[in-house]
Amino acid sequence: MRNLQSGSEGSAAARATPAVLSWGRYPQLHHRALHKPAWRDQLPRVLEAAAPGSLLPFGLGRSYGDSCLNGGRELLDCSRLDRVLAFDETTGVVRCEAGLSLADLVGIFLPKGWFLPVTPGTSLVTVGGAIANDVHGKNHHCAGTFGAHVPRLALLRSDSGLLVCDAAEHPDLLRATIGGLGLTGVIAWADIRLKRVDGPWINNESIPFRSLKTFLDLSHESNERFEYTVAWIDCFAGRNARGIFFRGNHAAGDRQEFRPRHGPTVPFAPPGWLLNPWSIRAFNATFYALHAHKRGAGRESYQAFFYPLDSINDWNLLYGRHGFLQYQCVIPEQRLDAFEELLERIARSGMGSFLGVLKQFGPAPPPGMLSFPRPGLTIALDFPMRGEKTLSLMRSFDEVVRQSGGALYPAKDARMSPELFEVSYPQWRDFVPYLDPKMSSSFWRRVTGLG
Amino acid sequence: MNKVVVLGATSGIALEVQKQLARRGCDLLLVARSAERLAALQTDLQLRGARRVLAHCADLGAVSEHTGVLAFVSGTLPDFDTVLLTYGTMHDQVLAARSVEAVIEELRVDFVSAAAILTLFAADLERRRGGCIAAITSVAGERGRRSNYVYGSAKGGLSLFLQGLRSRLHPAGVRVITIKPGPVRTSMTDNLPTAVKLADPRRVAADIVRALERRSPDILYTPPVWRLIMAVIRLIPESLFKRLAL
Repeated sequence: MRNLQSGSEGSAAARATPAVLSWGRYPQLHHRALHKPAWRDQLPRVLEAAAPGSLLPFGLGRSYGDSCLNGGRELLDCSRLDRVLAFDETTGVVRCEAGLSLADLVGIFLPKGWFLPVTPGTSLVTVGGAIANDVHGKNHHCAGTFGAHVPRLALLRSDSGLLVCDAAEHPDLLRATIGGLGLTGVIAWADIRLKRVDGPWINNESIPFRSLKTFLDLSHESNERFEYTVAWIDCFAGRNARGIFFRGNHAAGDRQEFRPRHGPTVPFAPPGWLLNPWSIRAFNATFYALHAHKRGAGRESYQAFFYPLDSINDWNLLYGRHGFLQYQCVIPEQRLDAFEELLERIARSGMGSFLGVLKQFGPAPPPGMLSFPRPGLTIALDFPMRGEKTLSLMRSFDEVVRQSGGALYPAKDARMSPELFEVSYPQWRDFVPYLDPKMSSSFWRRVTGLG
Repeated sequence: MNKVVVLGATSGIALEVQKQLARRGCDLLLVARSAERLAALQTDLQLRGARRVLAHCADLGAVSEHTGVLAFVSGTLPDFDTVLLTYGTMHDQVLAARSVEAVIEELRVDFVSAAAILTLFAADLERRRGGCIAAITSVAGERGRRSNYVYGSAKGGLSLFLQGLRSRLHPAGVRVITIKPGPVRTSMTDNLPTAVKLADPRRVAADIVRALERRSPDILYTPPVWRLIMAVIRLIPESLFKRLAL
């Protein structure tokens, strides 16, 4: 009812701005204001009041670097806009507001027999964020990216109001918004094509491997028979990549009840020395040994299979108060030599951290203008932030990525150079006409130099 | 707790409570001012599992609209078993302390109108000899602090009202719950200074739903730590309390 602050219903013009950090907790930027509308009818006022280039939609802050930040300017937190607006039971198309989390979406629709067409490795992201970063998952080889399952969305722009974008109307704006990093306007609602599943269980297999070649053979061999494939590699092993290959399919006809788990919370940022080359090396060796030991087939819940880290709340705090950087790149498959060189540099640095994740992307052309996935091998790896040492190490990785014709993932990035962005996303100039004049982000200003 | 009437269905805490009640398959009857917002909630809560979601558009702060609300409830969900009052307003205290209109407005919405509509619902439940009335007041209603006493006095008045109502309805088997949240992260508190630690509305909602399901407590502090904090704050002698810049 009269729920809102006196006089200025919903404008949420933040007098005091709470600190907003991205998932990597680096960089730590100050924001001038944080708007938190609870209803779509409040959005036009926020857009109207904003100065040119001053706003950026924000979801659950799971982007690792600065693509979800807008240092010195304003954020439009969409997480309270989390309503499901419609659902078509015959086609499985759900229409929802942009702030709905994938966890909620699954919670609502899995009991009805529907699941996400594509899911990233955490369910704690919003639908808007999944579209804006055109996220991918373990089924990229057969399903493409999240944006490929968004046939229609409504975009609220500061210059032209509410535009419904689909294949018939404003198809180019749809392509710009998918993977558009929130820069084309605020997504008011989106349609997502869910897919039918029998239940919450996944039949999975884990297979240890001891070389990149074996990984690729496993991946090629599994792509046709398994909907989901991914691998974990020990980043200390260098070119003789050892790791565990995981593959799985939705279990058919199993309606056995499933109770979601609630895990522990990391209470505070522990001292930085806790994560050191020795402790991490020991963790990785143990992880490998455990999984190599219990290799074989099994069944686990979708949560354990897709979102293992979601059960530890605020796990990003484990990297200490300086935060961490995630390095995720893709390298074309024919440049295996470059990939091995990258693994070698990672191992030599001795700075890598838990769980390097390795995945073979499929050939599907991306639905977004600025989408990251392209055919090749992608690896994602966390590095505790240790200042210039970490940054220069990453620059040495960048050389390999650039020479191989690869690219970095904006959602994970906090430091790539404008030059690298230019060569790996040359289409960004074609994207510029679709920018909403009132939107900008720290990432965008950093890589393009535009105000 | 199967058929719940929510008075103030678009308030920040109500939004979370309703999601959790929907998941339990409850019947919901939502009352709020905006037809557009109510319509969005109806579809959403239906898909989240509510058995039925009814909605009625009314300004609960206006006592003249109350009989219309009760008539709608009696006509569409006559066997409701729970009433949850969640609406309220919190003015900027600096403004409120110096403006007669702001003081009257706050008391009128948070205390007068709340007491009025609960009186109507109490009569209905008393006649049917069962059910539950729950209303959100605030820990701010326990002591008048210089930073928030206008809001605090309205909520404190409502707490006293509920206490008396509880005693009156006890023989009829109607339960009355006084819900006292600490500051919760909702639209109402977005403008509070960042130093104030805000509770997660989902957690507060879970506490409320649990209280509705069980037979106790009469007074719910949420998060629970506020029971302890307020016990200490109540002990501070007035001669000292008046000097504290709380």
